[in-house]
Amino acid sequence: MSGGNVKGANAKAQKGMGWQGTVLRVDLTRGEVHKDPLNMEWANDYLGERGLATKYLYEMMDPKADAMSPENVLIFATGPLSGTMSSTSGRYAVVTKGPLTDAIACSNSGGKFGAFLKFAGYDMLIVEGRSEKPVYLNIADDTVEILSADDLWGKTVWETEEWIKTTHQNPQMKVASIGVAGETGNRYACVVNDLHRAAGRSGVGAVMGSKNLKAVAAWGTKGVAVDDPVTFMKAVSETHTALHESSGRKGLTKYGTHAMLDAMQKFGGLPTRNFEDVQFEGAKKIGSRAVREPNENGHVNLLTNKACFGCTIACGRIAHIDEKHFSIVNRPKYRHASGGLEYETAYAFGPLCGVDDVDALTFAGYMTNEHGYDPISFGGTLAAAMELYEMGVLTKEHTDGIELKFGSAEALVVMSEKTGKGEGFGKELALGSKRLCEKYGHPEVAMVVKGQEFAGYDSRALQGMGLGYATSNRGACHLKHDVFEPDMEDQTGKGKAEPCKTSQDQIAMIDSTGLCLFTAGDFGTEGYRKQVDAACPGDWSTERMLEIGERVWNLERMFNLEAGLTKADDTLPKRLLEIPAPSGTAKGKVAELDIMLPEYYELRGWGDDGVPTKDTLDRLGLAAR
Amino acid sequence: MQKALLIDPEKCTSCLQCELACSFEQEGVFNPAKSRIKVFEFEHGLKAIPYTCTQCSEAWCLHACPVEAITINEATGAKEVNPNTCVGCKVCTIACPFGTINYNADSGKVIKCDLCSGDPACAKACPTDAITYVDANWTGYDRMQEMALVGHGRPAKGAAQ
Ligand code: SF4
Ligand code: SF4
Repeated sequence: MSGGNVKGANAKAQKGMGWQGTVLRVDLTRGEVHKDPLNMEWANDYLGERGLATKYLYEMMDPKADAMSPENVLIFATGPLSGTMSSTSGRYAVVTKGPLTDAIACSNSGGKFGAFLKFAGYDMLIVEGRSEKPVYLNIADDTVEILSADDLWGKTVWETEEWIKTTHQNPQMKVASIGVAGETGNRYACVVNDLHRAAGRSGVGAVMGSKNLKAVAAWGTKGVAVDDPVTFMKAVSETHTALHESSGRKGLTKYGTHAMLDAMQKFGGLPTRNFEDVQFEGAKKIGSRAVREPNENGHVNLLTNKACFGCTIACGRIAHIDEKHFSIVNRPKYRHASGGLEYETAYAFGPLCGVDDVDALTFAGYMTNEHGYDPISFGGTLAAAMELYEMGVLTKEHTDGIELKFGSAEALVVMSEKTGKGEGFGKELALGSKRLCEKYGHPEVAMVVKGQEFAGYDSRALQGMGLGYATSNRGACHLKHDVFEPDMEDQTGKGKAEPCKTSQDQIAMIDSTGLCLFTAGDFGTEGYRKQVDAACPGDWSTERMLEIGERVWNLERMFNLEAGLTKADDTLPKRLLEIPAPSGTAKGKVAELDIMLPEYYELRGWGDDGVPTKDTLDRLGLAAR
Repeated sequence: MQKALLIDPEKCTSCLQCELACSFEQEGVFNPAKSRIKVFEFEHGLKAIPYTCTQCSEAWCLHACPVEAITINEATGAKEVNPNTCVGCKVCTIACPFGTINYNADSGKVIKCDLCSGDPACAKACPTDAITYVDANWTGYDRMQEMALVGHGRPAKGAAQ
C-alpha cells in the first residue's frame, strides 16, 4: 500500500553515476552528429540540467549573437536525478538565448520526453547551426538520425507527435516539437512535449524553428544507474514519504496550481486588465471551484489529474470543453479531453484580459498546446493589445474586425487560434507586448521585464516577487525565486532582498538536479542533497549544493551582461513603480524596488552597477572574460 | 493466503513509478523499457491504464513452454520463468492471450511479472494505490462494496481526485 515507501535496493542493483556520461551534439548546418563524453569537471561544478546547460551554452556561443541566428545554441538538458525513482524525475530544461528577451532563456518542462532522452543514453542534446531544410531528430538509443521534416512542416504539435509515432511504428516514443508558432518565429513560441507539457517561456520554440528543427523524438532502453543504490533508495523512500504526507502536496494533487487564483484574488495580487487592477470581479467564475462544478448545461470542466514522469504529486490537469460552448460548438475536433487550466493560464487568459468564461480559457489553453506558444506571454500581449484598442490606438481594421475589448471571450478564442496559426492580427500578437506596443507608439503599455510578460502576481502586493521579477535572468518570471511567505506576511520592500537571493540560488540548484520545483517545500535542500550524494560519485555537502546554485545564477548573469544587458534592465514597468494598487490588501502601495535592489546587489556581491565583483567571481570559481 | 495484484486504472496518474520500481527490482537499473508492468495512455492523456500478467491459474505460457522453463511458485502462485532453462523460443509469447510475457533481446530469454517473490515493487511504489497487492480471493471486494452503495442510491465514486 502506498505511504510513500518504496522497496530498498536489491542484489541486482547496478552501480552507475546518475549521469549517463554522454552529450549528444547535433550540428544542423553540417548535418553531423557527435557523441561527446560529458565534461565531468563541469558536471561536478554545475550538476546538470539548468546549471550544466548554462555552462555549455556560455562556453559554446557568443552571448551577443542574435537569438534567431544559426550562432545561437539550443540545449535540451536532463540532470543526474532525471529518470531515476526520485519523485518528479521527469523534468528537463531547454536552455538557449531567448528571442523574447535577448537574454539567456531557461525553460523547464515535464512530461516524459526528458527521461526518455536520458534513457537513450544522453545527459543533454545540444543543437547547433541551422538546417537548410526542415528536419527532425530521431533518437533511439545509439541511433541518431537527422530526417526530413518536409511532411511535418506546418503541422500542429499534436499532429506531429502522432505522425512521428506512426511513421516510426513506435507508440512508446516521446516527442518534443514546435507548432506553426515556432516555425514562424512567434517570439514566445514554446517547445511542447507529450501533448501538453511545455518548455513554455522566453521563446525557446522560436529558436528551434529558426534552426529548421521541427521535432525531437526520443526512445531509450538503457536505463539509469546510481553510485550507491542502497543509500539512494533510502533517500528516495524518505523523500517520497515527506511528499506523501505533506498538506501542500495534497493541495497540488487535488487543485493543481489553480487554487492560487482564489488566494491571489482574496489577497489583491491578481493582475487584472493589464494591471489596471489587482482584483478581478469575475474570479469566482474561473477559479478552482468553477472547474469542478457543473455549469448550466451540467458540464464539468475538470476531468482528472495526471503526472509527469516519476512524479508522485500529479498536479497536471486534464479537462474538456462544454460541447455547447461557442468555441467548439461547430468543431467536434476539440471535444476530446486535453491539458486543462492551471493558475498561470487561468490568470493570463482570465483576469489579465478581463475574461471570465472558463471554457473560453480552456479553449485558449488547447490552442497554446496544439500550436506551441506560451500562454503567459500570449495573455500579456493580448491584454496590452486590448488596452491599445480601448485607447483607440488599435481599431477593427487592425484586428481583423474583432472587437478587442477587455472581457471579450470571443476575442480571446479567436485571437488564440490566429496567434497559433500565425494568421491576421495573430501575427502582430506573436511579437509579444514589448515589440507590439513599441510598434504602435506606446511602450508604456507593455507590462514586461526584459521583454517578458509577468506571471500572475502583482509586485505592488507581493514586494519580494517584484524584486524577483526585476532580477530574474530570463525576464519577468515567478519560477526562479520564492519569497511567497515573507511577501504574504509583510507588504513592504524591507527584508525581501535576502529571501529573494537565497531562494534564487536554491532554485537554481533544484533546477540543476533534474527534479521539479514543486518538491522544494517538502524536500528542503537536504532532500536534494542526499539524493544527489547517493546518485553521483563524490561528496555533496549542503554548502556545495548551494554554491552550485549561486554559481549558476552568476553565470546566467554574466551571459546577460555579455549579451549587452545592464543594471537598467533590472527594473519594473512604471505602472508598478508609480501607480498605487487600487484595491486589496496592498491598496495604495507601489513596488518598492528602490529599497530592495541596492540591498540585493550588495548581498549578491555585485557592484552598484549590477556587475559581479572580482571577489564574488573568484569565490564561485568564475572568471570574467 | 494467496495474493494478487489489483489494478484500478481510475486512480492511475501515469507517473510510471511502477515501471521504475519494477525495472529496478528486476534489472537493477531504472529503465521503464525493461519493466514487466506497462502503463498505457489513451485519449489525449485522459486515461492511463497499467497492465501486467494476471498469473492465470491454467497459464497458457506455462503449458506452451516446450522445455518447462515456466513453473509455479507455490507460495505466491506466480508463474515464474527460469532463465537457466528458457531457450528463448518465444512460444509462450505467442500463447499468452494478453501479451504480458515478452522476449528480452539483451538476455535472449523471456521476461514476465513474478510478483517479486511476494513483495511486488510496483504496488509498493504506486503513490495512488492504483496498484495494490490483495487477497486473491477478494480482488473484487472494494468494487463490490462501492456498487452495493450505488444500489442503495448513492452516486458512484468520481475519478482519481
Ligand atoms: S504471462 Fe500470460 S499466459 Fe502466462 S500467466 Fe501471465 S497472463 Fe497468463
Ligand atoms: S505507479 Fe501507480 S499511479 Fe503511477 S503509473 Fe503506476 S499504477 Fe499509475
